Amino acid sequence: MKLEVNGQVREVDAPDEMPLLWVLRDLCGLTGVKYGCGMAQCGACTVHLDARAVRSCMLPVASATGKKITTIEGLSPDGSHPIQKAWAEIDVVQCGYCQSGQIMSAAALLAEMPDPSGEEIDRAMAGNICRCGTYQRVREAIRRASSMRRAQR
Amino acid sequence: MTLTRRELLVSGAGLLIAFHVPRKGRAAQMDKKPSVEPNAFVRVAPDDSVTVVLAHSEMGQGIWTSLAMLIAEEMDCDWSKIRVEHAPAAPAYAHTAYGLQMTGGSTTTWSEFDRYRTVGAMAREMLVRAAADRWKVRPRSLHTENGFVVYRTSRASYGQLAEAAQQLSPPASVRLKGKKDWKLIGKPTRRLDTPEKITGKAQFGIDVQLPRMRTALIARAPVFGGKVKSFDASKAKAVPGVEQVVQVPSGIAVVAANFWSAKLGRDALQIDWDPGPGAELNSGKLLASYREQAKGAGAVAVAEGDADTAIARAARRLEAEYDVPYLAHATMEPLNCTVRLEGGRCEIWTGTQFQGVDQMAAAAIAGVPPQKVVIHTTFLGGGFGRRATLNSHFVAEGVHVAKAAGVAVKVVWTREDDIRGGHYRPMYVHRIEAGVDDKGTPLAWRHTIVGQSILTGTAFEKFTVKDGVDASSVEGAVDSPYLEAVPARRITLHSPRNQVPPQWFRSVGNSHTAFAMESMIDELAWAAGRDPLEYRRALLRHKPRHWRALKAAAEKAGWGTPPPEGRARGLAVHDCFGTIVAEVAEVSVDARRGIRVHKVSCALDCGQAVNPLAIEAQVQGGVVFGLSAALFGAVTLKEGRVEQSNFHDYRVLRIPEMPEVKVQILESDAKMGGIGEPATAPIAAAVANAVYALTRQRLRSLPLRLT
Repeated sequence: MKLEVNGQVREVDAPDEMPLLWVLRDLCGLTGVKYGCGMAQCGACTVHLDARAVRSCMLPVASATGKKITTIEGLSPDGSHPIQKAWAEIDVVQCGYCQSGQIMSAAALLAEMPDPSGEEIDRAMAGNICRCGTYQRVREAIRRASSMRRAQR
Repeated sequence: MTLTRRELLVSGAGLLIAFHVPRKGRAAQMDKKPSVEPNAFVRVAPDDSVTVVLAHSEMGQGIWTSLAMLIAEEMDCDWSKIRVEHAPAAPAYAHTAYGLQMTGGSTTTWSEFDRYRTVGAMAREMLVRAAADRWKVRPRSLHTENGFVVYRTSRASYGQLAEAAQQLSPPASVRLKGKKDWKLIGKPTRRLDTPEKITGKAQFGIDVQLPRMRTALIARAPVFGGKVKSFDASKAKAVPGVEQVVQVPSGIAVVAANFWSAKLGRDALQIDWDPGPGAELNSGKLLASYREQAKGAGAVAVAEGDADTAIARAARRLEAEYDVPYLAHATMEPLNCTVRLEGGRCEIWTGTQFQGVDQMAAAAIAGVPPQKVVIHTTFLGGGFGRRATLNSHFVAEGVHVAKAAGVAVKVVWTREDDIRGGHYRPMYVHRIEAGVDDKGTPLAWRHTIVGQSILTGTAFEKFTVKDGVDASSVEGAVDSPYLEAVPARRITLHSPRNQVPPQWFRSVGNSHTAFAMESMIDELAWAAGRDPLEYRRALLRHKPRHWRALKAAAEKAGWGTPPPEGRARGLAVHDCFGTIVAEVAEVSVDARRGIRVHKVSCALDCGQAVNPLAIEAQVQGGVVFGLSAALFGAVTLKEGRVEQSNFHDYRVLRIPEMPEVKVQILESDAKMGGIGEPATAPIAAAVANAVYALTRQRLRSLPLRLT
C-alpha cells in the first residue's frame, strides 16, 4: 500500500491491521516515533494524521492511507519548529524517550489553538506520559512557543 | 592531584588521554585486573571538536552535560565544540568508588568530580606544552581561552595543536582551578543532548537496526519462578513474518522479521507452564504475614540504650504501622537488548546502567572472554534503577536468543512484560513504637522493618549485607537525623524471601524509610500538640543542614501563613545519598476523596552544585516519580499473577496532576551529594502529612487513599 509520510510517498508491504507505529518504525525506519504502551495510554507514539495528533500504536495502517502522516522527523527540516525551539530554550528533555510524542502533541495543540490556557495545555497533553517528570517544563515550553509565535505575527 | 597510573593513547585522530585515579572509599573491587582496551576520556580532533567520553550512562539525569562541563572547565574549551559519547565497557571506566562500570546511587557527578576535572587539566597542559614547543617559549608564558592557546598576539586552536600534543607524555600531576576561577561549574547550563532528542534522532536501544537483524519477543512464565512444561509453536510459526521459535532459560522466544509479527506469533504460542510455588503468592496474605512478623524483633540494625525499658517507662507510648507495595519502575522505553554474535565476538547494543556486570554475564553465555564482549551503550529511555540489573537478566536473555536463533536479534519487552516482569521495589512494612516524655519529645524508639532484601544472594551481598541486615533495606531509618537525639533506640529487620525478584528503585531504601520516618515524626508532633515545623526544629538542633533545608522550603511554601481555602500543607526532610532534601506539599481533597497536590516547595543541600539547571530538573522529576508512587503506584499479586499490566491500571502521574514545584538549591561546603534520586524520597510523607493536617485522617499505606 502507499503511504504519504513526511511529504514523501512510500510503498510499504504490510497487513492492513498492522499498527501504523510498527510500519513507521520497522518498515520505514522512522524510529523517532516511539513505542511505550501499545494501547494508546502513554502518547509516545504520537504522530500527525493530516493536522490531527493521533496515537499510532493502535491505528491500523490501512486507515492512514490517503492521509498526510507527519512524524517527529518531518515536523521541521532542522528542529526549528517553534515548539522545538522552545523545548531547547526551556531545556525540557531528560531521558528524551517520550519527547517525540510530547512535541507532536504540543505542535498539534498550537496549530489548533495558538494561545492555549494552562488548562487547555494540560488537557491536550494529558495523554502523554513522562516518567522523568518533565511536565513543568513542558508547560513552560508550550507557553514560550505560543508567545514566540505571537511575537512573529 | 598526583596520578598513580596513566596511559597516553595515540590515535590518528588527535589527542587521547586516559588514566586511573586511585580508588577510594568503600571500594568494592569487583573488576578483575584491567584488560588492554582503548580507554579514553577526552579526544581532541583536528577539526577542533573535543569529544568527552562518558564512563556512565545518560538516562535523563543530565550527565551528558555535567561531566562535559567538568572537563571543559579545566580545559578552557569552546563549549560549542564539545561532543559527547558513551564509553565502551572497559576497566578504565570503572566507578571511582565502586570499582565497577556502572551508573547508580546518584553517584556520577561527585564520583567523577576529580577524575573528569583532572582529565581536562591534563589535556590543557599538554596542548599548552605543544604550543610552547611550536613557538619556542616557556609554557608558563602562555594562557588558554575558549579552545585556543594564546601567546601575546599568537593563537593556535586546540585542533591545530592536537597532533603535536599527542606526542607528549602526560604531566605527572596537574593543578586544578580554584573555585573562584570557575566559569562553567555552578552555572546553569543547557543540555548538550537536546538537538537529537527533539528531532527524533537520538538513538535508544529499541531503535537499533542492524543488517539482517530480527526482532524477538519472549513469553515468560505468568508466575515468578514458573517453568515451561511443554509448548506448541505450530500456530506461532504460521504467523507471517515469524521465522523461529526457540526456548531460552527465561521462556519461549519468537523470532520474527519485525515487532508486530513477533507479537502476533507470541500471542499464538501454546505453552503449558509449571507455575511452581510462586502461584501461592497473594498481596493481601503477604502483607498480613509481614505485619505479623513486624511484631517480633528481627536482625539488629541499630541498638542504643534499652529501648524496651525506656518505652515501658515513657510518659506516653505511640505506635504506628506503615506499608508500601511492590512498584514497577515503568521506564518509558521498555527493556530491550540487541545482540550479534559473530567472529568470536559478542556485540551488544542496549541502554544499561550496569556495563561492568553485563559484560561478564554476556561473556559467560556467549562463551567468549569478557574483552570480546563489546557493549554499545545507547541513550537510556529512563533508568531509575531498572536498567542496573544484578543478574543482567535482560542482557543475558538477548545473548541466549541470539545464540539459540543464530541471528542478530533485538529482544523487546512489551509494556505488559515490563509491568509484570518483576524486579520491583519490594513491599515493606514498618512497625514503629515511640516512647515520649510529657512534652512529647521521643526518648525511646523501637522499629521493625519487614521486606525482601534486594542484595542478598547477589555479588553485592558481601559489601552490603552484614549480620543479616541489608543496608539498602534500612538506609534512611538507621541514619535518621531524628534518632541521634533519642537515647534508647532499636531498629531491626526481617528479610523474608519469595519468588518475586526485588530490585533497587529510584532512592532505593529511602523510598519507604523516608515515608515511615517522616510520617511517624509528624504523628509525634501532632500528638504533642506542636507545630510540625517547630517540633522538628527541636529534634534537629544538632543537624544544621537538615534544619536549613527544612526552614528554606517551609518559608518559600508560606508555612505559618494560612493556606488557600480547602488546602493544607505538610512537610518532610530526608538525607538521601548525601543530599538533604526538604519538601513542603500543599494539598486539597476533591469531591471524590481524591488527593490533589497543588504545590511543592523543595530545598536541597547537595554541597557543590555543578549544573543548577539540571539539578532543578532532577528535583522536579524526582518529585513526580515519588508522587506517582505516593498517589497511584502498586503492583499486586493474586495467585502469583501480577494484577496490573499497562498504564491504565498501573497509573503514573500525568500533566494535569503536576503540582507547581519550586526548587531552591542551597549550596554548602559539605561533601557533594547525589542529585538524581534524593527528591523522590520525602514527597510521600510530605503529602500524607498535608492530608492529615487537612482531614485529620492519618494515611499509613501507599498509595495514599482516603476513606
